[in-house]
Amino acid sequence: MPDHDIHVHYVTRVEGHGDIVCKTNNGVVEKAEFNVVEAPRFFEAACVGRAHYEIKDIVTRICGICACGHALASLRASEAAMSIEPSEQTVDLRKIVLHGETIQSHFLHTYFLAAPDFLGVGSVIPLASSHKDVVVRALKLKKLGNDISETIVGRHVHPITLKINGFSKLPDPAALKAIQKRVIEALPDIEATVDLFSTIKVPELYRETEYISLGPTNGDKEYPFYDGDIISSLGQSYRPSNYQQVCNEEVDPKHTAKLCKHKAPSYQVGALARFNNNYNLLRPEAKKIAEKLNLKAPNHNPYNITMAQVVEAVHVAYDLIDLIDKVLTKGIKEENNKYQPKAGTGAGAVEVPRGILFHSYKYDSNGICQWADCVIPTTQNVRNINEDMKTLVPTIIGKSQEEVSLLLQMLLRAYDPCISCSTHLINVRFE
Amino acid sequence: MSKPRIAFFDFSCCEGCQLQVLNCEDELLDLLALVDIVQFREAMTEADWNFDIAFVEGSITREQDEPRLKKIREAAKLVIAIGACSGMAGINAIRNAMPVDKAKEIVYGNKKDAFESTFARPIDTVIKVDGYIPGCPIDRKDFLRTVQALLVGKKPPDHDYPVCQECRLRENECLLTVGIPCMGPITRGGCDAIEPTFGSPCIGCRGLVSEANIESCKQMLEKHGLTIEDISKYMTIFNSFQKEEKHA
Repeated sequence: MPDHDIHVHYVTRVEGHGDIVCKTNNGVVEKAEFNVVEAPRFFEAACVGRAHYEIKDIVTRICGICACGHALASLRASEAAMSIEPSEQTVDLRKIVLHGETIQSHFLHTYFLAAPDFLGVGSVIPLASSHKDVVVRALKLKKLGNDISETIVGRHVHPITLKINGFSKLPDPAALKAIQKRVIEALPDIEATVDLFSTIKVPELYRETEYISLGPTNGDKEYPFYDGDIISSLGQSYRPSNYQQVCNEEVDPKHTAKLCKHKAPSYQVGALARFNNNYNLLRPEAKKIAEKLNLKAPNHNPYNITMAQVVEAVHVAYDLIDLIDKVLTKGIKEENNKYQPKAGTGAGAVEVPRGILFHSYKYDSNGICQWADCVIPTTQNVRNINEDMKTLVPTIIGKSQEEVSLLLQMLLRAYDPCISCSTHLINVRFE
Repeated sequence: MSKPRIAFFDFSCCEGCQLQVLNCEDELLDLLALVDIVQFREAMTEADWNFDIAFVEGSITREQDEPRLKKIREAAKLVIAIGACSGMAGINAIRNAMPVDKAKEIVYGNKKDAFESTFARPIDTVIKVDGYIPGCPIDRKDFLRTVQALLVGKKPPDHDYPVCQECRLRENECLLTVGIPCMGPITRGGCDAIEPTFGSPCIGCRGLVSEANIESCKQMLEKHGLTIEDISKYMTIFNSFQKEEKHA
């Protein structure tokens, strides 16, 4: 049996810098792991001493791909800390923004980052000549996500109008209507995406783990992205303010990201965790797609995270049509979004494309940030990815070096990791 | 004539500027007809070190980053810094106000020595840079204009005029007149005044204009009941890297 000695330095088609190391000796796995090697970025330190209205503009810069998600988790944390309750209009518009980001990010991942592996190419670029229709469709769908952001928040990287307790500028109803029309027109393209992915067979891997995501609060019927309690598939729920009891971050010198653990030795967050925990809340249109993709909840193959993203994209598209209807029917009104800063600590939990994201801040009575903490989805997944790799390698050990390396990279890519996000710091205290 | 070969690299950043390149959905296929993209880790596996133009995103924050950056410089005919992190250390430099060792201790506690990090610096502290596309993030049109200029051998536009100029062209209500501090008068344009257009003040992500008229800016602020301090708190969000730190 050939032994493997694999070191993928800076895995490609993922956001940020991570390495994969795999070593086997006489058919025994000595090492199979994913290491975060991104340079530390010290965001929470950068927040300390900053005013409440500056924090969002700093923390959205944690990540280009989920900039709106970071902005929303940040605003929710600031609002919780200062006991501010934004209006229903604000909440609905924010949900539209988050859906726009989910669409853009899920299509970026499924088409540009994951699909090339299934089609046997190194990137989407050669597909531009061999599968031009697919690339044009992918660009069109990604652009739709971007244009939703542009209509409501100015630009996707980095959102402008999102503010504590409201918006610096409300969207034009006609522009929102036009976006809705484009979502409806995109449904056949989304359908074609489903068809494409239904022909793809993901690699085999079975490993039961703990799934953590938002879950509905008080019998709410909505598949939760923006709002809800934190739930575990092992049966426990927490209010967002108790997020630290869920993630239990700790330092490991191998990773510039911290590691998380709840009840099981590791847990998973992201599209598959949401799908597994909240399947019943998916829209019927999305459930039908899950059936077509042969995806049943709970599913314990992490390669299916990509498939769960396809299901979610369908859910989100139909939900967007309804949400925009709701906002337009009620009419977009100028609101008073003034607020008084006050002392307090608060947390926000939002489902961003890659999983549950927590932000938490402590403010003094002038609204100056005293302490900040951001717990990123990829940070929460690192341990789970490593456990998956340890389970995977013994089952593929007889394959060639290239095949083993590719299967490990595909596994990591399935998680759609956001590595520059994951490196951050906790526990900044200024005396 | 073979197509120019371009490559993308990143150091400490959010990769949002590279995402802005991927966000040129309407132009991407045309761009691919004009150039060959030979390295772009965020989007492709192939990695060819034979290229003409390198676009570099991100700040230098570790000694181990320097050899990689120098290798890029040696391989490229032109190096273009993209984004605030690369061009002026941007948001990464906020933490420069704190001693590195102290920051690491706060972050990683007694395991701090396992992590390497120095001050956040722009890439031109390590290598010679041939051009800059400023902004956090870069503006898509600005990126395309720059590529266009480089392909025909022209100097890329440098937009050395304040954001206010474009803000007026868009007929926005001036935020200063309604008492909102805005860095527009002293910040380099080229972004179509996107922040004020969406009702939010400019926070200086494109760096200062080369000859910011501080005196006239002061007079204008006074006229609206604001002080230079009102806008200077925004100075340290993107503009906290000091030139004298460059060779520190």
